[in-house]
Amino acid sequence: MSAPVGGAAAAGGVGAVAGPGRRFRGVSVIVAPVVFGAAVLVVWQLVVTVGGLPAFLLPAPTAIAEQIGAQFPVLLETAAVTGGNALVGLVLGFVLGVLLAILAAGVRVVSDLVTPVVLAASAIPIVALAPVFTTMFGSTTEIPRRLVVMVVVVVPVYVSTARGLRQVRPVHDELMVALAATRRQYTRFVRLPGAIPYVMTGLRLAAPAAVIAAIVAEYFGGLQNGLGSRISAAAANTAYARAWAFVAASIVLGLLFFLAGLLAERLVTRNRPGGAS
Amino acid sequence: MSTERNAETNAAGNAGISAVELQGVDKTFGVVRALAGVDLTVAAGEFVSLIGPSGCGKSTLLRVVADLVEPTAGTVAVAGTSARQARLDQRYGIAFQQAGLLDWRTVAENVELPLQVHGVGRAERRRRAVELLELVGLAEFAGARPAELSGGMQQRVAIARALAPSPGLLLMDEPFGALDEMTRERMQAELLRIAGETGAAVLFVTHSIPEAVVLSDRVVVMSPRPGRITEIVAGRRPPVAGDDLVPDTVEDVRETAAFFEAVTAVREALRKGAATEGHAE
Amino acid sequence: MGSTRRLRSAASAVAAFVLLVVLWELAKLVLPDAGVTVGGTRILPRTDDAAMPHVWTVLARLGAPEVAGAAEPRAVGAAIASGALFTLGLALGGLVLGGIAGVLLAVLMQRFAVAEKAVLPYVIASQTVPLIAIAPLVAGWGGKIAIGGWAWEPWASVMVISSYLAFFPISVGMLRGLTSPREADVEMFRSLAAGWWTTLVRLRLPASVPHLVPAVRLAAAAAVVGAIVAEISTGTRGGIGRLIIEYAQSATGDPSQMYAAILGAAVLGLVAAGAVGLLELALRRYRGSVA
Repeated sequence: MSAPVGGAAAAGGVGAVAGPGRRFRGVSVIVAPVVFGAAVLVVWQLVVTVGGLPAFLLPAPTAIAEQIGAQFPVLLETAAVTGGNALVGLVLGFVLGVLLAILAAGVRVVSDLVTPVVLAASAIPIVALAPVFTTMFGSTTEIPRRLVVMVVVVVPVYVSTARGLRQVRPVHDELMVALAATRRQYTRFVRLPGAIPYVMTGLRLAAPAAVIAAIVAEYFGGLQNGLGSRISAAAANTAYARAWAFVAASIVLGLLFFLAGLLAERLVTRNRPGGAS
Repeated sequence: MSTERNAETNAAGNAGISAVELQGVDKTFGVVRALAGVDLTVAAGEFVSLIGPSGCGKSTLLRVVADLVEPTAGTVAVAGTSARQARLDQRYGIAFQQAGLLDWRTVAENVELPLQVHGVGRAERRRRAVELLELVGLAEFAGARPAELSGGMQQRVAIARALAPSPGLLLMDEPFGALDEMTRERMQAELLRIAGETGAAVLFVTHSIPEAVVLSDRVVVMSPRPGRITEIVAGRRPPVAGDDLVPDTVEDVRETAAFFEAVTAVREALRKGAATEGHAE
Repeated sequence: MGSTRRLRSAASAVAAFVLLVVLWELAKLVLPDAGVTVGGTRILPRTDDAAMPHVWTVLARLGAPEVAGAAEPRAVGAAIASGALFTLGLALGGLVLGGIAGVLLAVLMQRFAVAEKAVLPYVIASQTVPLIAIAPLVAGWGGKIAIGGWAWEPWASVMVISSYLAFFPISVGMLRGLTSPREADVEMFRSLAAGWWTTLVRLRLPASVPHLVPAVRLAAAAAVVGAIVAEISTGTRGGIGRLIIEYAQSATGDPSQMYAAILGAAVLGLVAAGAVGLLELALRRYRGSVA
């Protein structure tokens, strides 16, 4: 996940290693996971209905589907709240992460001070900061959750952007010196455009993390109007199928963010800006 | 058009000012003497190759001329001024073993880069890029991305980029080192034609003896530890007689006895250099 | 050279955290107690002692008794330390369980192309999906099932969730590592008539170390987050996650106890990362093999 590869790209890369015929591979790439997924669902259904697995352990897929139907308006409503928080936090964190990385690339002291904090942040459970923000901003606003998301997002975006800004090929370095380019020209023509794939990789990694943070932050208190609080409320009331319905909505929301991030990355790296004015 | 402009520049250049003048150049990296007492003059329009085993300082020497490496001692003059001033004024163009194109720019935008750095207007840049791409035979690829081009084509774009500011001197660090033999020979012919058309002097670092001989007016043989010039052998650069003739002449040259003599002479010189190195240690 | 650089980065790390503390105190000093509210939205935080306690108040709290007037007073610091250790144990268990499962799945996927095609998309997708959302559901297992006479304990739910989160980065990293040897190396082994097992042990496993180490780093952080979140949603007592919630609910007027617990959770994460760093050091000889 470090270089601008990973996610689906990594899946393709790894998958390309084996595989007999090109045509067979093209078909099986779609068929194999679909068959596998369907098989899991069928076995799951059979184990629950025929095998008599208790609902608290795992409700049947049909029961979950039923709940999705019954709860659909609530699902949309709560998903919109959680998705909104994730989106606001993602945008804030993305902008902050990129700006910090650019600043750190230009000013050594900034890099010295920010890098250890970001590295530490990548190791600590950031969601545990949720109660701090709730105390500071009050439990009746969306701000605490958005701030948690922002902090979670800043880490991968900063790390990835900083790496991209450092990653100048030696030949480009020499070329710009030979051309007697100024520091600003060097940044504008080589460093910034060269870093863009890395920036987008940071965004792609951060997008699903934003959703996860927005959901988990709700477990720590604050406003209870999103997917996370619905899951824990349903589980506490032993309405397991309903809880799983909200889990399914969380998964869809997470996938949406992931795909949006992936799409943004692909679009930007395909039509890479010329760097020219 | 460009040819005219270059002809003017070089007419001025030919009036006595050498493209490169090195006197007593020393370069030490820590305890390693990369260059020891190098004297070398490259006349305007002359094609000079630097050849020698790894570690003989030929790339360092090229970088001293380009002001990418500062010499520990000695004087460096490029186009009659200091190496630094020559770099600031874009008096030379440079091409490396890796084409080093910026892959987010189109081919034409890559060629324009040196002009853009020096604040040349958009229209003028465009016009010049078209000219240069025609010169290297890639006019129809102006809008392509570097990744869509083969290695040899990328290297031709890099040469066009080096020529963008109409320099009187072209510095090339093993530019064909990564190409296959067939492409390489074609590129050599191309380079001879381009050098002839623009009238630029060329300082050319290579590992290949035949390449050095077929391209150069003079082949400078170097030896390592410390890096120094051991001998200078006359090359067999074919005369330029119009665009289309050159590839044939190059092919012809490769089969002449004089070519083989020069190759042998360079090989002998390299061997002697290796021998003296052994004695020195 | 190397040691001065290390000294510099250590010094700048210390400076960075001192700066954070200074910023915190500066915010308390400069900003209004009630924060700044624009159009009904508070855009700057409340800075009174009830919202942002002084750093020294938080630190002093570590030495204070947990519950005032209790028969057997326990210092907050001791409670936090024991909670962090408990959570660390669960996270470590989760990391080991998840790691073993992840490595096995990766080997399976490397061996059988069909398995890779069928499973890998789900593994990749699951990394981007809020799996942690199921934590409250696994919590429901506590006290309700028994496996072979052994009653399912709540802490086992915590470990399962933790291992679940650790599993995915390791399986993906391991698969990437197992498939990382160059084609030439694989062909060399084939030319020596080496079997799949020999190739695995002598070539693929050593080659996977540089990919595995960053995966373990991710997995360790995920395991810690998973354990803390799982403790909260399962209500498992004894860990740092539960402590944060308990302190948050018991001390609305004075949050310094909760802040101290959060600090403990941060230290826990750093300790886990440090442990991975030691592992990395031990495996240093294999690092050169990644290009």
